[in-house]
Amino acid sequence: MSTIPGLERPAPVPNDLTKPFWSACNERRLVLQNCTACQRLHYPPAQKCGKCGSADKFVWKEVKGSGHIDVYFVIRDSRIRGFRSAQPINFAVITLDEDPGINFLSNLPGTPPGEVPVGAPVELIFEQTSTGQLLPEWRVVT
Amino acid sequence: MAEKNWMRDREGLGLWEHRGKVAVVGWGQSHIDRRWDGVTLDRSCGGLTKEACLKAIADAGLSLDDIDGLITSEETRAEQTWAPRPYFAAPYDTEDGLTKTSAEWIQRELGLKNAKYLKSDAPYIGPMMGLAAQAVGDGLCKTALVWYPMVNLAGRYGHNNPQNNRQEAPGPNAFTLPWGYQSGAMFNNLVVFLQYCKKYGKSHEGLAPLCLNLRRNGLKTPWSYYALHEPHQLTREEYLNGRVIEEPLVVHDCDRPVNTCAAFIFTTAERARHLRQKPIYVLNHCQNNNRGRSSMATLEEHQAACASIARKMWEGSGLGAKDVDIFNPYDGYLTFTQQFLEGFQWHGVKWGEAHDFYADDIRVEGPHPFLSSGGNNGTGRTRSCLFSDSLEQLRGTAGARQVTVRAETAVAGCNTPDSCGFMMLSKHAS
Repeated sequence: MSTIPGLERPAPVPNDLTKPFWSACNERRLVLQNCTACQRLHYPPAQKCGKCGSADKFVWKEVKGSGHIDVYFVIRDSRIRGFRSAQPINFAVITLDEDPGINFLSNLPGTPPGEVPVGAPVELIFEQTSTGQLLPEWRVVT
Repeated sequence: MAEKNWMRDREGLGLWEHRGKVAVVGWGQSHIDRRWDGVTLDRSCGGLTKEACLKAIADAGLSLDDIDGLITSEETRAEQTWAPRPYFAAPYDTEDGLTKTSAEWIQRELGLKNAKYLKSDAPYIGPMMGLAAQAVGDGLCKTALVWYPMVNLAGRYGHNNPQNNRQEAPGPNAFTLPWGYQSGAMFNNLVVFLQYCKKYGKSHEGLAPLCLNLRRNGLKTPWSYYALHEPHQLTREEYLNGRVIEEPLVVHDCDRPVNTCAAFIFTTAERARHLRQKPIYVLNHCQNNNRGRSSMATLEEHQAACASIARKMWEGSGLGAKDVDIFNPYDGYLTFTQQFLEGFQWHGVKWGEAHDFYADDIRVEGPHPFLSSGGNNGTGRTRSCLFSDSLEQLRGTAGARQVTVRAETAVAGCNTPDSCGFMMLSKHAS
């Protein structure tokens, strides 16, 4: 379960395209599609490369779980049921250090709402959802 | 004639082949309510659509038999907030007529016996208007009745949407919902807005003059939600102290869902010259169908998208930024409107300068009457107001909103930078 009090995240449901990503999360690994034709990472998973258009050149590549906080805001009036009991809650955009063109969403567990150090480094953690599926989260490096 | 890929969503397509050969000759706006009460059938989606369509046909000076094309969108934003529900006697015995109005439904209800080109699955209004112009230009129909309803039912907006109440997030939602992401228009554009503020040293307060002026223009629009139901000029203090939705976004940054319909008549330029209204010619239409590289599109990606839609507009119309007198880009969330203003460089506004422009004189009486429509923030979320105001300004019938600067050419469009359709209108065919 989430370490953020009151938060009940909708649990991700893997499909054929995304199963390798979510399976790796359950092993506490972060893997992204990499197009071997043009060496471009993709996240979220895509059917074809957004740069060269190749559909059959993807391999799953493990990346380091380090990034930085780009921007954030605070959710105060969510439409999503599982977040209404947790708000106010941070919503941050994390850029991946290995490729800042890749970004992730984060609620920054451990960082009080509104007290987010923009630009600070973050490290990858995993949080469990109601189905047992793990998902990537990010924690400020202290 | 077979329908071709009508979108002009790539650069390099050249001058639009039907430039000045298609005209908008009619407009009708139905009554506007905050919500449908679930009972009054002439205020249902079908009822309001009939009202708007009949007004548009009358405005053009046409008869029902003149209409041979019917074009609409199913994107009424009704969401699934009400079903399952009791239905009424025909023709209100299905969703069609209550929360959407198909071409077949309106053909039947209005007795449009000569309508041969029926399209009910057009995209949202920005590209839908382009589709209509292209359909007439391509000869798929000669006189098209085009309508766009917006539906708002009982309940808190979005709270009853099944997507927001599931315990699981399937498909692409698996990469968004678990972190609280609700919609691209709201969340991604707020992210981009924050990136904008960081890059250019701006803040949320910079949107206040825009919001206040939109309400002012909306109150000058006799049919608008605010003119009819809440005739109050918002103050700066009220704006800044508005209910926080996603900090710093406040409720006044969000256009208000309403229940209404607008209709337009498109026809050939040749036919238009013999009709009641002064023809307003279509000089070009163009679209963006982009998405960002990763989870969240970035400021750079949105700026590139807005610069691209502007280039496509100039290329297809043969005109440039200095030729555009009326500019009505979408303002559904005030956080993204500046991207359009800067991308099109209307009145010379460059990247990072929008907030300074807002703080100058953007009143309709002034030299920079930005969003003279009052936008969706000032009239309620019709989306059609961007086009109807452009039409009225060029006709010279905008009343209290009539600009005092030249009004010969207008650009209007929506929705968001990465997904939008824009149209250029002009008093002159060439």
